[in-house]
Amino acid sequence: MNIAEHAPILIIVLPLIVSLLNTAVGLWKRDLCYPIAVATLGVVVLLSFNIMGSVIDAGKIHYRLGGWAPPWGIEYVIDHLNAFIAIIVSFISFIVAIYSKRSIEQELTKSKIPYFYSIYLLLTTGLLGITVTGDVFNIYVFLEITSLAAYALIAIGDDRAAMASFNYVIMGTIGACFYLLGVGYLYIMTGTLNMADLSRLLPGLYNSTVILAAFAFFVVGIAIKIAFFPLHRWLPDAYTHAPSTVSALVASTMTKVGAYVMIRIMFTVFEPRFSTEILPMSEILGWAAFAAIIAGSVIALGQTDIKRMISYILVAEVGYIVMGVSIGNRTAFTGAVLHILNDAFMMACLFLVIGAVVYRTGTRNINDFNGLELNKKMPLTMAAFTAVALSMIGVPPTAGFFSKWYLVLGAVVAQKWIFAAALIFSSLVNAILFFRILEKIYFRAAAEHSYDDGHETIVRNEAPVSMLVPIYVMAAGILVLGFYSGDIISKVIQFTVPEGF
Amino acid sequence: MELIIAKYNYWIYIMLMMIGFYAMIAKKNLVKKLVGMNIFQTAIILFFVSTASKKGGATIPIIHKGQEIINPAHYMNPLPHVLMLTAIVVMVSTFGVALALAIMIYKKYKTLEEDEIIEILRNRR
Repeated sequence: MNIAEHAPILIIVLPLIVSLLNTAVGLWKRDLCYPIAVATLGVVVLLSFNIMGSVIDAGKIHYRLGGWAPPWGIEYVIDHLNAFIAIIVSFISFIVAIYSKRSIEQELTKSKIPYFYSIYLLLTTGLLGITVTGDVFNIYVFLEITSLAAYALIAIGDDRAAMASFNYVIMGTIGACFYLLGVGYLYIMTGTLNMADLSRLLPGLYNSTVILAAFAFFVVGIAIKIAFFPLHRWLPDAYTHAPSTVSALVASTMTKVGAYVMIRIMFTVFEPRFSTEILPMSEILGWAAFAAIIAGSVIALGQTDIKRMISYILVAEVGYIVMGVSIGNRTAFTGAVLHILNDAFMMACLFLVIGAVVYRTGTRNINDFNGLELNKKMPLTMAAFTAVALSMIGVPPTAGFFSKWYLVLGAVVAQKWIFAAALIFSSLVNAILFFRILEKIYFRAAAEHSYDDGHETIVRNEAPVSMLVPIYVMAAGILVLGFYSGDIISKVIQFTVPEGF
Repeated sequence: MELIIAKYNYWIYIMLMMIGFYAMIAKKNLVKKLVGMNIFQTAIILFFVSTASKKGGATIPIIHKGQEIINPAHYMNPLPHVLMLTAIVVMVSTFGVALALAIMIYKKYKTLEEDEIIEILRNRR
């Protein structure tokens, strides 16, 4: 038996089994749970790179579960887009897992740590499951595994986390049920659940109202899951009150995987022309994304809690991705897929940095940063923060610049000037948001000290190494992804662009 | 009128779904919200299961030994049922997680009324 041949199923089964084992191991030796979880995720990262390698070499992978032929059995189909998302998910969950140790020890009672890692691995299982499967009902199941794990992880956060998580349960269930209804409608009309089969059968039925309803259910259901603007209300609460580790993982991966599902449904199950010619969904999504970008950025301006501010920026970033998808030309789509990668890294890095600050100082309020002298207390962490902030604004050598460049270029090519303007507006607002914080970190302290005697020495209180290394991997990733974005596009992303663009 | 009678299963499922949807959105009590959520999900199960049946006395798809000629019109479609078995498991676990959260909320605030909780949170700030 060749291991690499079974990699598509292993990346799901491995974390799933270990997640169950972890609970048992936790009863015996609690300290083992962390290394086991990290090691498992490390293997998963290697496997997903392996999958990517074979996709680049040999094209699409078809993996039949239990050897059943596609329309009857469940089939895993992996092309460039799947492999790309799988790498993002597995890599970020690996890095965040390394980071989690200290921060979770502070936020959770010791006896609950094994369960934390179990649920953490379950979340990864669900996310990877969504990315590799080629079956629409299977996506629903994995979507719910992911969401259930996320509800539990968010609920262990601070004082208000339970209520935030409860609202997320209500909204998430509505989203998943709408998605399930979409699946049901497609099944009534075609009698199949396999994506490839659906895309073969659907074009003849495009004018049926049932198919139109199914498409609408899909889009609304996924829009709730990715917190797309008018349906975003659950996200800022949930991500603000979650533990810092969980915020980093969930914010950087869940919305991205949701965006992936949206791309799959819109462009693989349905043909790209369906959402432009038959149902003007691209147009609607484009304007909703426009609203998301503007509203997310503007509301972020009014926040004092830094996690809540970044959650609203995330709402705007989701708007970026959906806008790139909805513009519907090659450049914009490339930008959207590249932004999935970049935004995952930036969000993870931002939440990790904030987690380190909370770990050392215990405050998330931006106004409190004034007197903290963070630039002297945690110089290395703050240096990483500066790098991410520049990337969020879109300063050239960082990754954030390149995806925004493609998105704006795509909007210009499509002659949608207002969309381009919204993207630039949001970047400018990001500049205000982040310079406001950077000023508090670097310059305010110095100004106040000039009339001070300077007697009190600030004790350097850097984040622990197990937190600092992941932060730096992410920060370095942002720079490296910036430099190699050309390679990533030519090797991977250009193959993800659907036909007909 | 004919439209309603011919497709009565869809009408029932939509009515149930809307009742559940209303309860999830408009009710203030958290447990009532969850009951609404359950009705909402059950409506979808009903929808799937009703699509499986066929007119004219179709039965469950169990094939006798040695039976050679199989007429699909005589049997219900088993696939929606199987899908719903999976969906029921998902829905039960969602309900369980949500109830656990409700317990957590009750322990923290000693109430399950949403407006009272919001009031408590506002005063705390």
